[in-house]
Amino acid sequence: MKDKKFLIVDILYILGIILPLALAVTLKVLFTPASEGVAIHGAIIFFTIPMPIQDLPITESQVNSWCVLVLIAFLCLFLVHGVKEKCGTKRQLVAEWIVEKVDGLVKDNMGEFFMEFSPFICAILALSAFSSLMTLVGLYPPTSDINVVAGWAILVFFLITHYKLKGGVKHYLKGFTEPIVAFTPINIISEVATPLAMSFRHYGNVLSGTVISALVATALQGLSGLVLGWIPVIGDIPFLQIGIPAVLSVYFDIFSGCLQAFIFAMLTMLYVSGGFPADLYQERMKKKEAKKKK
Amino acid sequence: METMETLATALAFVFGMCALGAGIAMIAGIGPGIGEGNAVAKACEAIGRQPESKGAVTSTMIMGCAVAETTGLYALIVAILLIFVAPNVFKNIILSAISTIA
Repeated sequence: MKDKKFLIVDILYILGIILPLALAVTLKVLFTPASEGVAIHGAIIFFTIPMPIQDLPITESQVNSWCVLVLIAFLCLFLVHGVKEKCGTKRQLVAEWIVEKVDGLVKDNMGEFFMEFSPFICAILALSAFSSLMTLVGLYPPTSDINVVAGWAILVFFLITHYKLKGGVKHYLKGFTEPIVAFTPINIISEVATPLAMSFRHYGNVLSGTVISALVATALQGLSGLVLGWIPVIGDIPFLQIGIPAVLSVYFDIFSGCLQAFIFAMLTMLYVSGGFPADLYQERMKKKEAKKKK
Repeated sequence: METMETLATALAFVFGMCALGAGIAMIAGIGPGIGEGNAVAKACEAIGRQPESKGAVTSTMIMGCAVAETTGLYALIVAILLIFVAPNVFKNIILSAISTIA
């Protein structure tokens, strides 16, 4: 009886993983014009909500990223379903492996103090990787829209500033005038450039993959028309398009997508832990404790 | 009739210049190419000298490559803006200018 219940919940979770993808694919099919061949275009705007200052467009990238959120949530539920303290299900091993790897990554790059960051880093990794892998089912990847990635980068920027401020406001402001006062504008620019570079790097990599794939697909269509175009029926089939773009997809969609997710998470860790003044923070904490004791 | 001709020439000039600018912007792709090539060459040397440090060297190299790629990606974004965004913007500017004159 217990097994049956377990199975039913399992099926529900798997449905929760598949349904968002199906929804996104249906929306894409419904909203894409039928005559469109291989083309490079931005996110489709589904509808706009009138707002007082500016209309709020609900685009494909937003909807797809919501789908990714739901997908990841159900994937996590699926992985931890039936977890026991000792030798649970096979998927428990996968879940444990993920947690251990991310914990190790955070420990290596940020140190013991930042251990509570590992869920955040894991979330960024999963979100970014799954968003880029959306191309595998023919969907528009949310990471090739700069607004999505810029949102993450701004969030990371706030985190960096928060941890820099832990050493005191005075120390934070003084950091801008180093090594000499004349460097202040350059330091401010480099501070602003951090989220800009992070978002541009991620977005540019995913977008360039899409553009190059589309260009190659179009070129192959033309080439196959050139080679066998003189035969009446067979000439219409773009036979060179079969298989060859898939090789590019392995690099641009799978390798580059996962690599960019890793790099985004890595840079987050390095910037946050790099900007954190550990010595000053400990001194301040000691002073505070001393004041409390008095 | 004359305005139409000026419009056509102006639009042709703008579109041509946008395409040319995109091409010139992508010259920046040389930099990351050389830089990443250097990085990979040094990583290969390091692995050759100390094969046991392969994992650490590879992950550091990929990280460095990704950062070195940034300048190339800036150029790519400029080129993409020039191809997909700029022509429409300039077209609208020219059309509004002509409508104010006429």
